[in-house]
Amino acid sequence: MRQPALSWTPSTRLRASRVLRQGLAFLLLWTAAAATVGALLAVVAFVGVRAVRVLSIDLLLTPPAGGLSGEGGISTTIVTTLYLVALTVGIATPLGVGAAIYLTEYAGQMDARRKPALLLLSIARFGVETLAGVPSIVFGLFGYALFVSALHFGFSLLSASLAGACLILPVIIRATEEALRAVPQAYREGSLALGATQWQTVSGVVLPSALPGIVTSVILSVGRVVGETAVFYVTLGGSSGLPRSLLSPGRTLALHLYSLAMDTRAFDKAMGTGAVLVLVIILLNAAIGLLSRHMLRTRG
Amino acid sequence: MQGLLLGSALLSVCIVLMIGLFTFLQSRLAWQSIGPAAMLTGTAWRPGSGRFGLLPMIAGSVLATLGSVAIGVPLAIGCALFAAEVAPAPIRALVRPAVQLLGGIPSVVYGLFGMVVIVPLIRRIPAPGNSGYGLLAASIVLAVMILPTITSIAEDVIRAVPREYKEGSLALGATEWQTIVGVTLPAARSGIVAATILGIGRALGETMAMTMVIGNSVIVPAPLTQNPLSIYLSPARTLTGNIAVEISYATGLHESALFATGVTLFVMIMVVNSSAHFLLRSKSR
Repeated sequence: MRQPALSWTPSTRLRASRVLRQGLAFLLLWTAAAATVGALLAVVAFVGVRAVRVLSIDLLLTPPAGGLSGEGGISTTIVTTLYLVALTVGIATPLGVGAAIYLTEYAGQMDARRKPALLLLSIARFGVETLAGVPSIVFGLFGYALFVSALHFGFSLLSASLAGACLILPVIIRATEEALRAVPQAYREGSLALGATQWQTVSGVVLPSALPGIVTSVILSVGRVVGETAVFYVTLGGSSGLPRSLLSPGRTLALHLYSLAMDTRAFDKAMGTGAVLVLVIILLNAAIGLLSRHMLRTRG
Repeated sequence: MQGLLLGSALLSVCIVLMIGLFTFLQSRLAWQSIGPAAMLTGTAWRPGSGRFGLLPMIAGSVLATLGSVAIGVPLAIGCALFAAEVAPAPIRALVRPAVQLLGGIPSVVYGLFGMVVIVPLIRRIPAPGNSGYGLLAASIVLAVMILPTITSIAEDVIRAVPREYKEGSLALGATEWQTIVGVTLPAARSGIVAATILGIGRALGETMAMTMVIGNSVIVPAPLTQNPLSIYLSPARTLTGNIAVEISYATGLHESALFATGVTLFVMIMVVNSSAHFLLRSKSR
């Protein structure tokens, strides 16, 4: 704000008080931002510092001793986390991306006379919107009752990955739909005008330009599965050994942290596990950052 | 190819519908044999002797959420205003990824931080029966967890306020702060409220971090001292925690009552979220 030269009149006093008030208000806003960044630094730094005492290659390479001592490392929980991420994302991605392609590229492009397709579209929209807000423990409850008890899969990788797939399905559908809708309509029209079929247009033109967005949504779901505890707490069982088959129970990094903190009070080990988790999330965030920068550059 | 895509769309829709339907069907036994009124207002939850009152958990969830809103929302809105209107570019480039990362950290890590740092601090408050575990610890942990959700949506909404509005106000001689209070915030109001409501939805649904710091006792929270605010030192249990803690050994009516807990949570969050969508939509029109 440019101010006229200062001379002490009532209006300058008013202006001075306005400027003072703005200064105070901005100070508060700076404080709010500093508190937020400070909270992040506090959590990350605290976990990091406490983790340093236990973090070592040994911790990453030895299996947990099991039982209530909290002894041992986290190797099997890392492997279980990888299994679970691969299974869950492997189940949900084809389904979610396929559904999103149908909903935007086929049902979404149909004219108003095709009632069934439009009905499917609106049911799907409503369902996906609703599910996106449902807390994860409800997915756990559902997965427990259906996969663990009713279908007799027991506490297992299979039950957990099916329940996890239900959890991330809405995330993938929503994000893929958004990525597809961001592709300019002119691309589709150009391809169709050259005589390409609908599928040739989708696979040759639309999908390649939407790919970075779709990959971002998949990475986001990987992060979601890595950090998720509630769903897997009630479907995966929690035994610390290495799963031998789809039907064996297991324990992810996040579950291991939870059980260390709640059952053993081996807080330093828990911090070490937490540090590994946070590191994974930071790497995934960095990957998403790189991707979106790449998208900006190519869209330029 | 189109058939395959249609198939995956149909399957996805089926899964989505099935989750809702299945949860409701499984809870029917409890609603029928206990009665909705007795469940929602009952103060005792003793599965062993057939008492299934959800009031303690409803109170726990609502109080923890209110506490997190009281702490988190002012911070989040301040942070959003800062990032959208006040921050110099290099600092903004620091705040945004920090908020993003804060949103990505797994909830158990926050829970652990709460157990190791926040609970011992709260234990120092002199009050009879104060163990540190309770609603205050839960509110603080939740506040940090909802902060990123609210901040990022609120920042987008504040950024979406047309430049002309602000320029008009500045041209009339208002200071930047007067412009923010008199023009930007009112224009972004419904979006900010919607962001807050989505944060409330997230807070109601949080599970594992809550079980780690809230104490998990099935009691209707009550003040520990004369000061009514000391209700926040009381331990409690959330609806989500009730499911997580008990589901793996529950059978029969007990299991059905846990599904009823899920349905109660589901309905609370549906109401909260649809009011947010309503606000965001009426804003975009």
